[in-house]
Order: sequence, then C-alpha cells, then structure tokens
Amino acid sequence: MHASLPSKVSTLEEALSRINDGCTLMYGGFGGIGNPPTLIDGLLAKGVKDLTIIGNDTGFPHIGIGRLVTAGRVKKVIASHIGSNPFAGQKMEDGSMEVEFFPQGTLAEKIRAGGVGLGGIVLDVGVGTMMAEGRQTVVLNGTTYIVEPALTADVAIVHASKADPYGNLVYDKSGRNMNPLVAMAGQLTIAEADEIVPLGDLDPESIVTPGIFVDIVIPSKGVNWSWVWEKKAVTE
Amino acid sequence: MGMGKESRDRIAKRAAQEVRGGMVVNLGIGIPTQVADYVPLGLQVVFHAENGILGAGGAPEPGSEDAFLCNAGGYPVTVVEGASYCDSAIAFAMIRRGRVDLTILGALEVSERGDLANWIVPGKRVAGIGGAMELAQKARKVIVLMNHVNKLGASKIRKACELPLTAPRCADLIITEMAVIEVTEEGLLLREVMLPYTVEEVIRHTEAELRLADPILFIP
Repeated sequence: MHASLPSKVSTLEEALSRINDGCTLMYGGFGGIGNPPTLIDGLLAKGVKDLTIIGNDTGFPHIGIGRLVTAGRVKKVIASHIGSNPFAGQKMEDGSMEVEFFPQGTLAEKIRAGGVGLGGIVLDVGVGTMMAEGRQTVVLNGTTYIVEPALTADVAIVHASKADPYGNLVYDKSGRNMNPLVAMAGQLTIAEADEIVPLGDLDPESIVTPGIFVDIVIPSKGVNWSWVWEKKAVTE
Repeated sequence: MGMGKESRDRIAKRAAQEVRGGMVVNLGIGIPTQVADYVPLGLQVVFHAENGILGAGGAPEPGSEDAFLCNAGGYPVTVVEGASYCDSAIAFAMIRRGRVDLTILGALEVSERGDLANWIVPGKRVAGIGGAMELAQKARKVIVLMNHVNKLGASKIRKACELPLTAPRCADLIITEMAVIEVTEEGLLLREVMLPYTVEEVIRHTEAELRLADPILFIP
C-alpha cells in the first residue's frame, strides 16, 4: 500500500484569515533577517491590530517585523532588543506600546520550552540583576536559579528557504536564528518558504524543523525591503 | 559615544592583543566589532555570532553580500572553513555552557569588583538587553572597552555601579583610551597607561581605588 503525507500547502489569504486583531503572534528572525516578508506584508494590508508580538527584536523601521511596529499595529512586544527600530523606543516612551525585555538567550529558551512542551526553564543568567527581581527562584545542586515560564503563541510565523508540502523546513544560513524555535511554539504555525519542493525532495537528514510542527505552508514572494547595508551603499 | 576615531582605533588595537589563536570569541557591537580588524591574519580565531554563526569571517567583497549571511548587527559577513549555523537557542547554549573563551563588550560603568552595567539608564530610552547578560556572565573572559569618563567628565570606573547591572563580578580587563586595568581579587590593578596620559591623570579620572603594577607599561 502506498502511503504519503498530507499536504499543508495553502494560500496567503487562508493563512491571514487565521491571524486576527488582538492575537499573540510569535515570529522568527533576527534584525529582520528571517522575518517572513509576505506574511508581514499581508498583515499590514489586512489591517490586523492590537497584536502582542514575541520575537528576538523589532527589526528596523522599514524592515521585517519592524514594519508592523512602525505602523502602530502592536500593543505589546516581548523581545530582547528594540534598539534598531527608533519607532519602538518612541512608542514605549509615550506609552502606546508595552515592551517586556528578556536576555536574548533566555528569550530563545523560553520559546523553545514552550515549543517542546515544558512549563518553563530554570537558569542562573540574570541572578544578581534586575532580571531576578520579583521572580521565583529555586536552588538546585546548591546553585540559585531563576524560574522563567515558557512562552507560546496563538500563531507562529516563520520564514524558511525550502519547505515540502508536509511542512518539513530548512533555513538559509543566519536566517535560521529564532525560526526553528518559534516554529514549535505556535498553537498554529505558518511557514512561508522561498521554495516549496515536492515531497521527498528534502533529505530527511538535513531537515531542521520536522513538518509535524507546521500547520500551513505558503509560498514567499521574497523580501520587498532594502537592507540597512544596501541603503548605506546607496547613500555613500 | 562621543569618542574620537583615533581613541577607538587605539582601544580596538590594544584589545586585539588579548585574542589568542584557537579562541572562540564573541565581539559586541561598537568598538568591540572593530577589534576583528586588528587580529593578526593567520591567527586561527573562531568568531561566534549570537544570531547563529560559529566561524564568522570578514566582510564580503562589495557586490557579493548575502542578505541571509549577516552578523548580529545585521551586516553581511562571510564564513570560514569549518563554520556552522545554528538556531538562537544553540548559539546561547554555547555561551551559557562556557564554550566561548572571550567576549569583548562596551560599558556604561564598571565597578572595582568587576560588576558591569551596560544596558539601561533609568529614565532614558532603552534599547534592550540583547545577548549581553549571557556573554558577560558566562564567557570565560570578559574584556570591557569604553571611554574612561562619561560625557560629563565623571569616571565610568566606579567604586560601585549606580546603574542596574548586566552581570555582577564579570569583567576581567578594562581597556580605555587612557589605560589598561585588570580586575583582580584584590581590586583594580593599573597595568598600562596610554601615552600621553600619565599615571596621575588616570588616577584622577578613576573613582575606584587603583593599585599600581610594577612596572606600569606606557603604550605609545
């Protein structure tokens, strides 16, 4: 008997219908690199607002996830850094957007924990700093650790270089970053891929995110912004 | 922050002398990034970038940039032979597990026991934490590069940090445009003075107690 895996390939419209006002949205990417451009474009066009977004950083004003922040669609950010997007700092200061910071590795691991079905993590990074204030601690093997709850989200959006119809994903060099972690932590995970290849084309040995974590696969239209270093090259 | 190019280059050049062959090194943003320019060619150093590159190389030739191969600051890099990519959790596993030999970071304040403050000034706009807490606390050696004094002329090398800490007791060496100071169990040890500054000037611009190495080296 021939068995094959179900196809999750869908359209941008179908994917966007699952992301609505007020939802918690987790995203892959680091400084814009690895943010899913087509989904972000779609969210802007659809007018989705009051989002709580969870990811490494807020990109740049006109790059990646930063575009949603700049457009005022975000009510709260959970991230490790917002410095490359001045609009994020401005909105934090004027109180129109709440920002919660975590050390980058702690944030990554909180997301990973959510994705792998753990309730949280214990770690000693931040002991003796503000990060420990008001937080539960636990002593294990004689060391004091901070207890950090896991993070999950209503929807996770990721960017992959290649996907197959089952949602097996491979990434592109440093575009991997938070993507495999975020892919596991969504109640619904949408992967946008530069290339969707036939089932069986990806070497099982090379797959980074097994398709079991992915619910919807859509084709990417590619990056439609200029990178900071490209702008620099132009202005100089 | 308001430091001349000459001072920045000088600090970066001195910091590069602390990089040894075979080390895994993570460079922070700003002057620390410049340190790579002064590491001797041929020295086998493994540069770690927290966005998931182990074995990052120099900048690519103009025109051959790859948007998906960038450093943690978002600028294109290359990779060396033997490099690998990983996700952010693994990139920080390398740091937390103590596999990164050296990190070089900027600072707002350092205390005489090596406490580091480099991420937040209460009441001012906050950029965030990034990877600094993990690097400061977990890298095997932490070198701090900064101006000796702040914009108001006050010492950034304090008896105790006033600003919220990035990590307590983490700095091993402080390099400024005036001096190279080692953080020891007995407090701060002035090892080198950058000419034309004098020992007296360094002491005057340092709030924390300084012990003097014997001899003190003067760096031209």
